[in-house]
Amino acid sequence: MTDTAVEAIDVTRTYQLGGVAVPALRGVSLAIEPGDNVAIVGPSGSGKSTLMHLLGALDRPTTGRLVIGGRDVARLSTAEMARLRNGTVGFVFQSFHLLPRTTALDNVALPLVYRGLGASARRRRAAAMLDRVGLGHRVKHRPNQLSGGEQQRVAIARALVTEPAVLLADEPTGNLDTATGQAVLGLLEALNAESGVALILVTHDRDVAARARRQITMRDGVIVS
Amino acid sequence: MRVTEAWRVAVDALRANRLRSGLTMLGVVIGVAAVVVLVAIGTGAKQEVERQVEGLGSNLLIVVPGRVDFGSAPAVSRLSLSDVDAVTRIVGDRSRVAVTVSSGEVVRAGNATKFTSVLGVLETTPQVFVRNLSRGSYLTRSDVDTSRRVAVLGSAVARTLFGERDPVGQQVSIAGVRFRVVGVFAQLGQSLGVDRDDEVHIPVTTAHRLLGTNRVDGIAIKAPDRDGIAALADRIVAELSRRHPDTEFSAVTQEQILGVLGDILGVLTGVLAAIAGISLLVGGVGVSNIMLVSVRERTREIGLRKAVGARPRDIGVQFLLEAVLLTTLGGVTGMALGIGGALAVAALSPVPAAITWWSLALAFGVSAAVGIAFGVVPAQRAGRLDPVEALRSE
Repeated sequence: MTDTAVEAIDVTRTYQLGGVAVPALRGVSLAIEPGDNVAIVGPSGSGKSTLMHLLGALDRPTTGRLVIGGRDVARLSTAEMARLRNGTVGFVFQSFHLLPRTTALDNVALPLVYRGLGASARRRRAAAMLDRVGLGHRVKHRPNQLSGGEQQRVAIARALVTEPAVLLADEPTGNLDTATGQAVLGLLEALNAESGVALILVTHDRDVAARARRQITMRDGVIVS
Repeated sequence: MRVTEAWRVAVDALRANRLRSGLTMLGVVIGVAAVVVLVAIGTGAKQEVERQVEGLGSNLLIVVPGRVDFGSAPAVSRLSLSDVDAVTRIVGDRSRVAVTVSSGEVVRAGNATKFTSVLGVLETTPQVFVRNLSRGSYLTRSDVDTSRRVAVLGSAVARTLFGERDPVGQQVSIAGVRFRVVGVFAQLGQSLGVDRDDEVHIPVTTAHRLLGTNRVDGIAIKAPDRDGIAALADRIVAELSRRHPDTEFSAVTQEQILGVLGDILGVLTGVLAAIAGISLLVGGVGVSNIMLVSVRERTREIGLRKAVGARPRDIGVQFLLEAVLLTTLGGVTGMALGIGGALAVAALSPVPAAITWWSLALAFGVSAAVGIAFGVVPAQRAGRLDPVEALRSE
């Protein structure tokens, strides 16, 4: 188990909507190994986003056991969950979620702020990370001065600057044109291969999912294959 | 997250919405400026009154019949010149004892007339009270002893009756009786709402004849030293009570007058500060409101920060600092505006204004406290946001 990056055992998640219990996940078990390359596919409403939030320590399961980076999520406080995310998980979102009016460098350095790192150390590591995603020449640009593909690469740099065990990408190509999307996927795959970070890609796009080493298909809150 | 980092984020956030930050600050600016200006006016008024009471002369003891109780009607006078002689024997120095008997009379010189207060006095008045002459000389002991019809004019009376001409040696009529002007007082200005240049002094004996009375309204004694005032007052009141068993007498010192006036003005200043404080409170509500809007607007940012590892506390501190920064910046601006306002009031209006350090410190402290008090709720709300919900919001 210590070798596993993320492990879920019979995890359920039920939302309370206006007093009505709505099950989003109904017993999911899976294990993500270090360096894994997994695609989670399924139609909207299948529970794949809920699963991603759980795997990223953004949310807690209603029942079941969820272990991220060797730590049982059920035993962690909200602050400890935040620390776990900071140390173990990187997120890439469909809509980039970059801070406006903030340079690419400072966007990438943001997770290090919450690690208590000094400004110069943050900048050094963020600059190195931007270099790795091919944006070494764009460090002083703000999000509105960057193309969609560039913005997503900044977001990828931000996700990896903390050297996490798991990189969760939620529809990372959803807001990009096909060619740019392909390039971003190529970058994610390359970083997965180079750094050994486990890549979990959530998508409803079968072509995108087909590139992953392993595919998990979800429907109605359970894994179907 | 380090505090310096949190400050930087707060400054950036305020800069991003300059207009809104400015307008929100305006509420605090006005509140703080109002506190500073109104407290300055209250304090200035108090200092002015103290200065004027001190200006009446030092170590002054005023003896009047009846109870001295601000707001009550004056008692019917029972004092006479023989009482004054008794008091003088106690004091042991005629030059330290002054008396007044006053009446409103019409004073005429040629075609010019003025209704003014005519005071019957002893020749000792300039020594007991601080009175200087600009022309001529004051009444003499022989003027008093022989009931001469001589008068010393206040500067306002002299100006009305004689304009720029020298009144000394001229004739005036007071209540139809002719007097010779022997002197004119130097200008004194207002004291406790009374125009002290609008009066005429004549010998008390002459006044008694003119008014057909022998009463004395009050006796003022200039004590040799401050420490002896209380004992002297007791002896004088005891002697007067012995002479008039059916009348109560009061002796008031300047300190007592200052104490009562100081209390009244202190309350006034407090009320002014409280009213200004309410506007500061309203400014604080504005800050709270804008911070709530800001939290809602930046929900996605909060969600992202949480996703990359911000704890609820980090987010809370960030928004709290933003609120505190907003109010303290407003506080500093308000202080500057308040100081300017108080100086303008002091320069352009008859209202005195004195800026005090404690009012500045208080206004600044309160504005920072308002930031904390009204920033806490929005900050807590931001800190508690569910990251999943926050990231999903558009």
